[in-house]
Amino acid sequence: MASSTTIPLPPRFSYPGVLRVIAIIGIFALISISLQGADISPRAFIEGLPYMWDVLKDMFPPRVDRLPNIGVLLLDTFYMAVAGTTLGVLVSFPLAICAARTTTPHGIVYQLARAGVSLARTVPDLVWALFFVVTVGIGAFAGVLTIAVDTLGFCGRFFAESIEETERSPEEALRALGAGKIAILATYILPSCTPSFINTILFSLEKAVRSSVVLGLVGAGGIGVELKVAMDTFQYDEACTIILAIFALVVVVEQISTRARRALLEEPHS
Amino acid sequence: MTNVALKQNELTEYEQSTMSSVADSPLQVFELEKRFGDQRVLQGLTLSLKAGEATALLGSNGSGKSTLLRTIPKLISPDAGSVSVLGKDVLSLKSRDLKNLRSQIGFVFQKHNLVPRLNALTNTLHGALGRTSFGRAWFHSIAPKELREQAYSCLERVDLAAHAAKQTRHLSGGQSQRVAIARALMQQPKIMLADEPVASLDPEAGEHIMQLLRSLSEHEGITLLFSTHHLEHALQYADRIVGLVKGKIVLDKPSAELDIQSLREFYGE
Repeated sequence: MASSTTIPLPPRFSYPGVLRVIAIIGIFALISISLQGADISPRAFIEGLPYMWDVLKDMFPPRVDRLPNIGVLLLDTFYMAVAGTTLGVLVSFPLAICAARTTTPHGIVYQLARAGVSLARTVPDLVWALFFVVTVGIGAFAGVLTIAVDTLGFCGRFFAESIEETERSPEEALRALGAGKIAILATYILPSCTPSFINTILFSLEKAVRSSVVLGLVGAGGIGVELKVAMDTFQYDEACTIILAIFALVVVVEQISTRARRALLEEPHS
Repeated sequence: MTNVALKQNELTEYEQSTMSSVADSPLQVFELEKRFGDQRVLQGLTLSLKAGEATALLGSNGSGKSTLLRTIPKLISPDAGSVSVLGKDVLSLKSRDLKNLRSQIGFVFQKHNLVPRLNALTNTLHGALGRTSFGRAWFHSIAPKELREQAYSCLERVDLAAHAAKQTRHLSGGQSQRVAIARALMQQPKIMLADEPVASLDPEAGEHIMQLLRSLSEHEGITLLFSTHHLEHALQYADRIVGLVKGKIVLDKPSAELDIQSLREFYGE
């Protein structure tokens, strides 16, 4: 059908602007420099293949006689993850309220809270682990503190975003009937954010279980220490048992977390 | 513009009689001015309501109806003018006193503005937040017995007691609006403001909501000020009709003196 207006049909494709072209070239340049800077060597990889095969051969069959000890260590690792996550989540709540534009008591508090969350998130957990091993000593407590800080960075950010995304109209209605800021926070914002909070906490727990395994490599407790010792002393069969046990723990936690998420967040039938 | 429209700044006989009984008026606004950027939304608006009177606010989009309603409990601060509610100068009230006053003004919004994940009983209970500590009106399960019973009774008054335990996100638009009215009733208000309370509802649900608001005004003496685009609702449920154009009152008459044709003329139809 012929168009009755004089406005032309928009073209299928539009030419990219100069800035977009520069941005695309920049991205390709960055990738190219990164590949060169990372010393990627196909030759070293091919030469390493036989050694990989040797290590894999030594790993099987896994050594099962140390399984009870590994089980105990694995349980300690899990406790460490749960304790660290709990601590981190508890601190995240007030921090997120201060770090959300809509609920912060003051602009300066907002900036400080945001900075705190960013610091906790951007510094890698292994660096936090080294810091806590030096300050509170080798062991599980350093691991718990590391996971707590890591959780703080993760939950603090997502909790704050969830609070900021809350719809404003019910808040206006509660303000109109005389509710104060704390009452609005307690009666509207927190209940509305609960599904998102639960989701974030469960993801955080999965993340904590994964990272608690490697924290032992720098002395922050958990099963990682055993893995490092086994690898350093070439007991690859024992290392294999530990790796499989870690894999089982991570899978179990992820499965439970997924089911819990589904059960807690599923829309009930009205 | 219309044969029923007033010349600007001219008071009708009706308005003069209203102004003369200002001492009885639970709600008065005087020379209200509000500007958003370059746009003057309220222009020297003066209005006084009688106790127990139901008043409809008419006007096209952008005529200042919602701004006027939000200025009364100081959800929006005007640039100039004064607002007196229940004998108190709203604009000069400090935080605590303002909250106390707001707790006596029910406000029903176009969208019900409930907490969707909480049940109807808890949402109704929230109506007491302005007159009690939030811990007592937080959740129905931890609220004191008398507040729970009050909230339940408010739901009964809007005929929704059967849905008390249901999360409000599972209620229909009309049911949700009735919970919003129950929440307003929980405030034990002297004044009820309603900003296009039936705009998002189907005709039948809208009719129920208007009947409910009117009966509250009639039987409980609540002063009602509602905005609407439904001319029939204005004629049927209001004692008085006030028409706004660009933030000024250009129509102010008892609804008995108006008919649908004159209101259509007001809208320029």
